[in-house]
Amino acid sequence: MAQASNEIKYLTPIAVDTKKKKYCRFRKSRIKYIDYKDPNFLLKFVNEQGKILPRRVTGTSTKYQRKVAQAVKRARHLALMPYVADLLK
Amino acid sequence: MNQYETVFILTPVLSEDQMKEAVKKYEGYLKQNGAKIVHQENWGLRKLAYPIQKKSTGFYHVFEYKTEGTLIAKLETAFKRDERMLRFLTVKLDKHAIAYNEKKRHKKKEEKTEETKES
Repeated sequence: MAQASNEIKYLTPIAVDTKKKKYCRFRKSRIKYIDYKDPNFLLKFVNEQGKILPRRVTGTSTKYQRKVAQAVKRARHLALMPYVADLLK
Repeated sequence: MNQYETVFILTPVLSEDQMKEAVKKYEGYLKQNGAKIVHQENWGLRKLAYPIQKKSTGFYHVFEYKTEGTLIAKLETAFKRDERMLRFLTVKLDKHAIAYNEKKRHKKKEEKTEETKES
């Protein structure tokens, strides 16, 4: 009896957080230059408060993460993007 | 002869022709000092992401030009002195940036030609 109780049958297998292979979108799509002048592309790399997303979330490589960070900071300087925002998206 | 790109924001208080005159002044300044202007773009009045000097909109203008490095310091002091200028940013373009801008301009031209064909 005890044996039966611990064998709980799930209708659907628990979706173990399947590890989605993260890739650097710049290396994959051969983008070489990140333009600081178009904010709606840069919004993809910024969270709701306007903070730059870390590499572990976006999966970009170090070289392009630095370019993204520099482009975002330049866009902020030119008031194309806010330093602090709420519900940016 | 490096290639640079300068974006600057003029106060919205200016009238249309005052704004044009300011842009002309800097264009002249660049030309006099031996800079070759590759491209010029006016984004017009745009909303700022945060207020600068209590103003929430500004005239954006972009200059792309080839010049000696020494001219940049002089140009920026001229910008600093001009009180109509809210903010400016000068960037040296590497080869990827130049290729990117070239491609963007090329695409815009194609769009224009398509539009003219359709209309």
